Amino acid sequence: MLSLSVFFKYVAVMALVTYFLRALPFVLVKKKITNVYIRSFLEYIPYGVLAAMTFPAVFTSAGGLVPSLAGVAVALVLAWKKKSLLTVAIGAVAGAALLTVIPQIFC
Amino acid sequence: MEQNFRKGLRDGMPICLGYLSVSFTFGLLGVGMGLSWWQATFISLTNVTSAGQFAGLTIMMEAGSLMEMVISQFFINLRYLLMSISLTQKVDERFRGIFRWCLAMGVTDEIFAVAMSQQKPVSRRYFSGLFLTPYLGWGFGTLLGALLGEVVPAGVAEVFGIAIYGMFLAIIIPKATESRPVLSVVLVAALLSCVICYAPFIRLSSGLSITLCAVVAAAYGAWRHPILAVEDAEGDEAEKREVRHA
Repeated sequence: MLSLSVFFKYVAVMALVTYFLRALPFVLVKKKITNVYIRSFLEYIPYGVLAAMTFPAVFTSAGGLVPSLAGVAVALVLAWKKKSLLTVAIGAVAGAALLTVIPQIFC
Repeated sequence: MEQNFRKGLRDGMPICLGYLSVSFTFGLLGVGMGLSWWQATFISLTNVTSAGQFAGLTIMMEAGSLMEMVISQFFINLRYLLMSISLTQKVDERFRGIFRWCLAMGVTDEIFAVAMSQQKPVSRRYFSGLFLTPYLGWGFGTLLGALLGEVVPAGVAEVFGIAIYGMFLAIIIPKATESRPVLSVVLVAALLSCVICYAPFIRLSSGLSITLCAVVAAAYGAWRHPILAVEDAEGDEAEKREVRHA
């Protein structure tokens, strides 16, 4: 079992490292970056981050592979139709939930 | 302005939904590994980072050194540095000083992604709203997981794990169908991420893997499809043209 003082030391280190990684660049970079390549790089970063986070994690994100794929399929169709973020998210959960429940009824 | 804060709260809802399930798992795991319910919740409220917290929990329980904690947190969360730099280019001119110090806590993968997908510059009020709902969800989910974890069937919590990815797809897909450069960035990142995940000889933490994939994909995009930004007199709406590469 962890003593309280040790616990707070660990958490302080975790929280401070994480916070300064976020805050320092956010506060220190004040100017608009003019270099075309750096601007483009920063412009593309969110899509790189999102794609890397989504794949392959999404295929196991609802538990099993089958419910996850069902959720992905629903999300893809809704996203293709440019539905709102919340609609697509709920659609994905509904698709995954359906394929989690159906096998349990029939088996 | 009021509209902006409320829009932020609303746009934060799907993130909140996704966070509930992830933080629920963290609360469950934390208590399972010997933390008390308030300790697990305290970690979530002070860190607000999924991969970093799970890694930190492991180091804590294995009684690792503080240096080990510093190094692992640094590399797992290095991507926030890139995101924060990107975000400085997206916020409006009133979003500065103390607001940046305070709201920097809100730079998470998901909040960042939604903020960057906005048409207009991001105001501090919008960002406050966008941070608040997921933050509450993150804390509340942890608390719930820690308190009720053993009562709720695992399958129920599991299904919600996909919510956050549904939201990601809602951001990626429309943009990737409109813009070939974005499509190529997405494909490079996704492919590389799958290779790193499934290749037997590569072992990277998920945070480091995301950083690496995003950097490679964005660098590829910037090299092949640099964007010429032309700012108008007000400087708020940038008109973008793609430069054709020979």
